[in-house]
Amino acid sequence: MSELLKVPTMAEFMAAGKKPEVLFWVGCAGSFDDRAKKITKAFVKILNKANVEFAVLGTEESCTGDPAKRSGNEFLFQMQAVTNIEVMNAYEIKKIVTACPHCFNTIKNEYPGLGGNYEVMHHTQFLKSLLTEGRLTIEGGQYKGKRITFHDPCYLGRANDVYEAPRDLIRKLDAELVEMKSCKSRGLCCGAGGAQMFKDAEPGNKEVNIERTEQALDVKPEIIAAGCPFCNTMMTDGVKNKEKEGDIQVMDIAELIANAQDL
Amino acid sequence: MSILPQVIFAIVFFIGIGYFANSVIKIARNIKLGQDVDTSDNKPQRWKNMARIALGQSKMVTRPIAGFLHIIVYVGFVVINIEVLEIIIDGFTGQHRIFSPAGDIYNILIGSFELLAFAVLVAVIIFWIRRNVIKLKRFMSSEMKGWPKSDGNIILYFEVVLMCLFLTMNGTDLQLQLNGAEGYHTAGSFPISQWLLPLFDGLSNATLIIIERTAWWLHIIGILVFLNYLYFSKHLHILLAFPNTFYGNLKPKGQFDNLEAVTNEVKMMMDPDADPFAAAPEGEEDAVPAKFGASDVQDLSWVNLLNAYTCTECGRCTDECPANQTGKKLSPRKIMMDTRDRLVEVGKNIDANKGEFVDDGKQLLGDYITNEELWACTSCNACVEACPVSIDPLNIIMQMRQYLVMEQSAAPMELNNMMTNIENNGAPWPYNQMDRLNWKDE
Repeated sequence: MSELLKVPTMAEFMAAGKKPEVLFWVGCAGSFDDRAKKITKAFVKILNKANVEFAVLGTEESCTGDPAKRSGNEFLFQMQAVTNIEVMNAYEIKKIVTACPHCFNTIKNEYPGLGGNYEVMHHTQFLKSLLTEGRLTIEGGQYKGKRITFHDPCYLGRANDVYEAPRDLIRKLDAELVEMKSCKSRGLCCGAGGAQMFKDAEPGNKEVNIERTEQALDVKPEIIAAGCPFCNTMMTDGVKNKEKEGDIQVMDIAELIANAQDL
Repeated sequence: MSILPQVIFAIVFFIGIGYFANSVIKIARNIKLGQDVDTSDNKPQRWKNMARIALGQSKMVTRPIAGFLHIIVYVGFVVINIEVLEIIIDGFTGQHRIFSPAGDIYNILIGSFELLAFAVLVAVIIFWIRRNVIKLKRFMSSEMKGWPKSDGNIILYFEVVLMCLFLTMNGTDLQLQLNGAEGYHTAGSFPISQWLLPLFDGLSNATLIIIERTAWWLHIIGILVFLNYLYFSKHLHILLAFPNTFYGNLKPKGQFDNLEAVTNEVKMMMDPDADPFAAAPEGEEDAVPAKFGASDVQDLSWVNLLNAYTCTECGRCTDECPANQTGKKLSPRKIMMDTRDRLVEVGKNIDANKGEFVDDGKQLLGDYITNEELWACTSCNACVEACPVSIDPLNIIMQMRQYLVMEQSAAPMELNNMMTNIENNGAPWPYNQMDRLNWKDE
């Protein structure tokens, strides 16, 4: 199936003297993490299906610097930012889509001050716009009537007030969208943000992802939908910890849409 | 008629106001110890935020019970101040109920003050029960032991006493009006204090006047004492909530400031023509290089310090904090309380040393806030979202992390590994940048 994926790079577009409609910023998790790579591929399948002319930076992409900045290493963040901005400005990038809310937030909010001005969309927003423009149709498929709860990524929700795009997509699957006790602006963090992904938690009486998974289990979902590769990892670990991986799937919204159409 | 009460009133009033003005000057001086930040942008939005969040209490009601009770106390506080205005004018002029010629309007006003006073009384008692009987979790945290706990209760007692004095004053006034006592003309309506009348049954006019005057005096003195107590308490939010919501962050919550000092360094590193051995520009030879991040209150911005004075320790931030909920030491409320405590300490140091801060061997980082608290933060913004008066504890946490990493190289080891990876191979994990597109063919 993988040979069907069309993933052109910016360099290829440039060589052909063309410009893509949008740059797909894959991000480190989307490039290297085994679970997140599946999300990346699912999103690419949808882009291919909808005939979106997109490109990736490929080996020219580098970490946005988000985990460095949130750790307090402003130097490293700005070095990464300035390098990425130079690459993207050289390609005259105007519009970026990414499946990682951390990349989304950093490029959208923190790059402009360093000379990188782009229209940045989270993949759920982008898919929603494809839907609105009639370039994409969403069918319920295997998810019709399934009980799905959406875990708000902090850097998409509270950080940037995007709450409805992912939910609209879930509704389009004809699924039963159920909300957790803490959701939207009061959604509980998965525990990975602020560079916590890369370190052990401080001493406490529970892991944050377990707390969040318990909130999700309370609403008895068949699927926990996520919109962030890090949340996905944390919730997947939480579900495994509760030995529920046989009953409950943790899926990115792009995967739900792609699977529903057997892409 | 003796002029003595008027003289005493004027003295009491001006001492109360003068002392309070002195406190305000001190608070302003301390806040200005912070670094300058530009808050001149988008004034219309700032006014709107102040109107909506502070005046309109919009974020209080996300917790309906506390929100509703708080609005009662807030409206009561604001409206009953009209009555305080009358009391002050009466005090200066020696008149009694100087607004009473307003007739029906006056009756409606006094009547509504009474109803509000009663509602406030009930709300405050429920607040006390929440703190002391039900013992809500967010009032029981470790940072709420000792003074912060007493402080919260003292404020409630103050309000109970003030409301009782107000109703006693009105009740005896009504009895005196009914008795036709001299100087007590018929004025006002008393939907609540009329129920107190049986208590005054059989008392002579002279006794009633003593009670009425005592309640009147204690009420106004109580208000002045309360005003001056604010400086020492967590209750400054009743005033500072307004500037604090005005100067609150307008950017998306996920947008953290890019440090300008760092940008300059990075630009120099990227500039092939930059001369690393260049002498400092003329006049700046002795300039001290900027400190990265914050280790003490003077390194924080003045908005951070205003935040600290505004915090009323309600604990909604801590209650929503994922780290705190899972038993970590981090409490955003404690970050704000520590910042204020250290700021007050620095202020006292300046007062004691003729206007100059003398190094006391202490700082906010380490002596008040530990590294463990700072590293427990997930930067999820739940605390910022939860604050009903636009306080941003996350901003302080991030500035202190910057100090730990850029000035002290004191990050947890795993984070050093992550950062080394980003430096070497452009990802937080040790994967080669050249392998970034391998997923395509896997």
